[in-house]
Amino acid sequence: MNNPPTTEPIETETEHYAPQAHDVSKHVRGYLLVGATLLTFTALTVFLSYVDFGTQKANIAVAMVVAAFKAGLVAYIFMHLSAEKKLIYRVLIFTVIFVLGLFWLTYLAWYDPVTSK
Amino acid sequence: MEIPYTVTARPDTGLWNAKVGIWLFLASEVMLFGGLFSAYIFLRLDAPPGYWPHGLLNVPVGTINTAILIASSVTVVLAWASLKMRRFKAYWWYMLATISCGVIFLVVKLAYEWPQKFEHFGAYIKTSELEKYEKYLGNKHLLSQGLPPRVEISGHLHNPEALKDPKIKEYEIALDPIYTDPTNPAMDRPHFLYVPPTNKVAAIEKADVERATMFVPSHSTYFATYFTITGLHGLHVLGGVIVFIYFWLPVGSKLYRKNPEHLANRVEVAGLFWHFVDLIWIFVFPLFYLL
Amino acid sequence: MDASSSVSHAEHHPHAHGEHDHHELGFWRKYVFSTDHKVIGIQYGISGLIFLFLGFCLMMLMRWQLAFPGTKLPLVGNMLENVFGQGAVANGVMTPEFYNSLGAMHGTIMIFLGIVPVAFAAFGNFVVPLQIGAPDMTFPKINMASYWAFFVGGVVMLVSFFVPGGAAKSGWTSYTPLADIVDKGPTYDAIMNGQTLWLIGFILLITSSLLGAVNFIATIIQLRTKGMTWMRLPFFVWAQFVTAFLLLLAFPPLESAIVMQLMDRVAGTSFFLPSGLVVNGAQVSISGGGSPLLWQHLFWFLGHPEVYVLILPGMGIVAEVIANNTRKPLWGYKSLVLAALVLGFLSFIVWAHHMWLTGMGTVVSAFFQTTTMIISIPSVIILSAFFISLWGGSIRFTVPMLFATAFLPMFGIGGLTGIPLAFNSTDLYLHDTYYVIAHFHYIVAPGTIFAVFAGIYYWFPKATGRKMNEFWGKVHFWPSFVCMNVIFLPMFLQGMLGIHRRWYDGGQGWNVAAEKVWGLSGFHWNLPISIAAWCLGLAQIPFIINFFYSMRKGEKVNDNPWEATTLEWTAPTPPRHGNFPVQPVAYRGPYEYSLPGRAKDYTMQTEPVQPDERRVREPSMSLGH
Repeated sequence: MNNPPTTEPIETETEHYAPQAHDVSKHVRGYLLVGATLLTFTALTVFLSYVDFGTQKANIAVAMVVAAFKAGLVAYIFMHLSAEKKLIYRVLIFTVIFVLGLFWLTYLAWYDPVTSK
Repeated sequence: MEIPYTVTARPDTGLWNAKVGIWLFLASEVMLFGGLFSAYIFLRLDAPPGYWPHGLLNVPVGTINTAILIASSVTVVLAWASLKMRRFKAYWWYMLATISCGVIFLVVKLAYEWPQKFEHFGAYIKTSELEKYEKYLGNKHLLSQGLPPRVEISGHLHNPEALKDPKIKEYEIALDPIYTDPTNPAMDRPHFLYVPPTNKVAAIEKADVERATMFVPSHSTYFATYFTITGLHGLHVLGGVIVFIYFWLPVGSKLYRKNPEHLANRVEVAGLFWHFVDLIWIFVFPLFYLL
Repeated sequence: MDASSSVSHAEHHPHAHGEHDHHELGFWRKYVFSTDHKVIGIQYGISGLIFLFLGFCLMMLMRWQLAFPGTKLPLVGNMLENVFGQGAVANGVMTPEFYNSLGAMHGTIMIFLGIVPVAFAAFGNFVVPLQIGAPDMTFPKINMASYWAFFVGGVVMLVSFFVPGGAAKSGWTSYTPLADIVDKGPTYDAIMNGQTLWLIGFILLITSSLLGAVNFIATIIQLRTKGMTWMRLPFFVWAQFVTAFLLLLAFPPLESAIVMQLMDRVAGTSFFLPSGLVVNGAQVSISGGGSPLLWQHLFWFLGHPEVYVLILPGMGIVAEVIANNTRKPLWGYKSLVLAALVLGFLSFIVWAHHMWLTGMGTVVSAFFQTTTMIISIPSVIILSAFFISLWGGSIRFTVPMLFATAFLPMFGIGGLTGIPLAFNSTDLYLHDTYYVIAHFHYIVAPGTIFAVFAGIYYWFPKATGRKMNEFWGKVHFWPSFVCMNVIFLPMFLQGMLGIHRRWYDGGQGWNVAAEKVWGLSGFHWNLPISIAAWCLGLAQIPFIINFFYSMRKGEKVNDNPWEATTLEWTAPTPPRHGNFPVQPVAYRGPYEYSLPGRAKDYTMQTEPVQPDERRVREPSMSLGH
């Protein structure tokens, strides 16, 4: 009696994975380009740190914006987020919300003590 | 029944198991470093003016380390791409490059950056005695510029036995450049290039010192946070390097011959972890070295 | 041989031809270092129950000190003095330091070594893969690693009782700066002291939970069998899913805080030590600049989601038992699922209601009060859905059902008494009093623990093929139920009268003043409470005996003794490695009890839909209906 197979089918290697391999080769140039961009922006952030943007807060904001942009590139391109389905995004969005919540609320608690006016 | 979706993706989620697992793990790691970063925010905001230092870390070396880590991120993704394209030799070289970059990063940190700090000395001057050391601190000039005061004198400690011996009443410090010319506007903001301590030796009386230690974690909350975050990050780098070595060794080629897609997936998962480690450093670098 | 007999042959021996032969594993690989989720689940269960028992013993010791302060401990006093030394028990009388250790470790052990391993890890590991039709967890080796990390962490925690200075004694909350400076000095070891070992053990426990959480979430996402859509999952699986997310995202900030506290204790940093700190009259030689508040924020960022980790699996168990023993579907499945998801989300943004006394301003207080009020809504929805599920049911008061039904009002009392604590103003008075102890114990003790008991009686037959004895189950239930209430109900009163937590003398000093002023005594309640606590301990004896006896001599049952509908009851008993000989397919929802026009009052999820069947409309997540 034949039971339906319960494990994943073992298909021929090249047939199944050839299209994926082709996709990947197109991306190699992209990876190198992103790498070069990241190095450039590293130099940029170092340079900008010696520029006075007025207040300390502004300096921090500039550095964080550049860092966030670099992080976004790493996440989107190197970590293939651009290719993933929605599920991963949902998990990450929650995480981002909670991390920012942790930062903001603890900051708020520090910033708003009962002794202030 | 075998566990399904270990190599091929489940149709509705588009993912295979290890990928789900690593992203979940990375989410938890975001929260872990998030806790440390919130500590950084808290402690930096709480620090009185002058007590959160700037310019103590070597920016060129930090920049180079950042570049090394970025390069390793590129090489690891190229290693994965090579596997997907079934080019094992290319994979082997890229993986070796990644491992090397990781090792260089750690060596620079542990053999140069950290020991440099451990050999550097800083003495916090008591608030009541700041006037006495004005010639080194130049606070009048700083205040006139609207800048925070200097409250610490640092440099190379010529008499380290002074730390332990209560009979020695003074610290002899070969001053850092800032303290030799404190009112020069060029000294107002940190320099890019690192300049070592000068030959000018100052004698600081222990009685005027609030607290004096080498630049170790217990020196200040700045160094506490710096060493803890870079230390934990370094442990993650080490972990990643170890995993990469495992996949680079002959066990990797064995798996490649048996099921190349499985190796590609495992390298992708390890690579995701590595990119995350790079990502954390992208934030650590400006927060500690530049700002 | 004709076709019919070959078909019947296949029915009785459904072996998959694709399954390859695993060589028989040795004893150690099969029962100790196993990667099978069922073995791991049982390991967690047994270890967790032992830790619960130990934590309970610590409490029974504390209750002596509270009922008869400053008197010699009977029976065990001399033994404790010999084992732990004069610093713990002097002339048979408990010292304040030992009392504090008992308190701190009772909390830590019950929560992290007791309930989380049993309710989340044990039940989750054993039941979830079976309920979703999976052969195992997605990462069996990581599952095993997670158990052993927990075990080693537990051992480290227990070892801490035996080092000089004894176990951690700064509360399970380890507030700084006290926790930073305690257990330090000439008579203490740098690493082998109570508080440092507590921190190290905790890191192992967190590692275990994180690995477990990753496993659970990945398994539920990836290994649901064919036809097992999200909205056909038993509520127990949803509860475990949300719980795993809470553990995944809430534990790491505490881990970072623990690393920082370790740095403070071992490396001399000042993460949590403020400038100008004076200890025993002398200024401490530290850099200062740290923030004790920082510890509290990072701790409670976990601490609050943790309480939902403690209750959600219990709610999941109660859902299964109620549906099964009312012989009708759970009311409001969709509401339950949404409520659990919302509860999980909101639990991350309410934490500062544990910190009302830290001097937060009006803006941040208003924020947290609002979110705390809102979070009561999903809890009420869940509890209400359970209550409504009883209506019109054909209720069988089996032992699991007794515990599950008792859960409902007990959790209700626990939840409602949390309301005064949610407001900054009223909590100013109630904070750190016995009112708080009563509130949270009502939720975890006659709440979660009763749900755990329900689960044990309910799933025992699936794991062993035998039922636990019903009579002795009732002997276990009734005294437990009564004692729980005698213990915790008066504590509300004590709290409102102002008796504080963590007081070694049980409020004796306070009581003298209160009696003079108001003529009221909250103090004398300590005696009946303590007696009830010891009786509660006695009431567990029939359970322990029943548990072990029934494994060998209990009434033998078939695969589905409770006539339940979910997938685990289709598996062989006990399920073999790989769980299902043939991959199951789910055709219907999880609670199809009492379908009209059917011969039996239950229809299993694996039963195909007949063309002429009147279909129940299945819940879906779309907003259209």
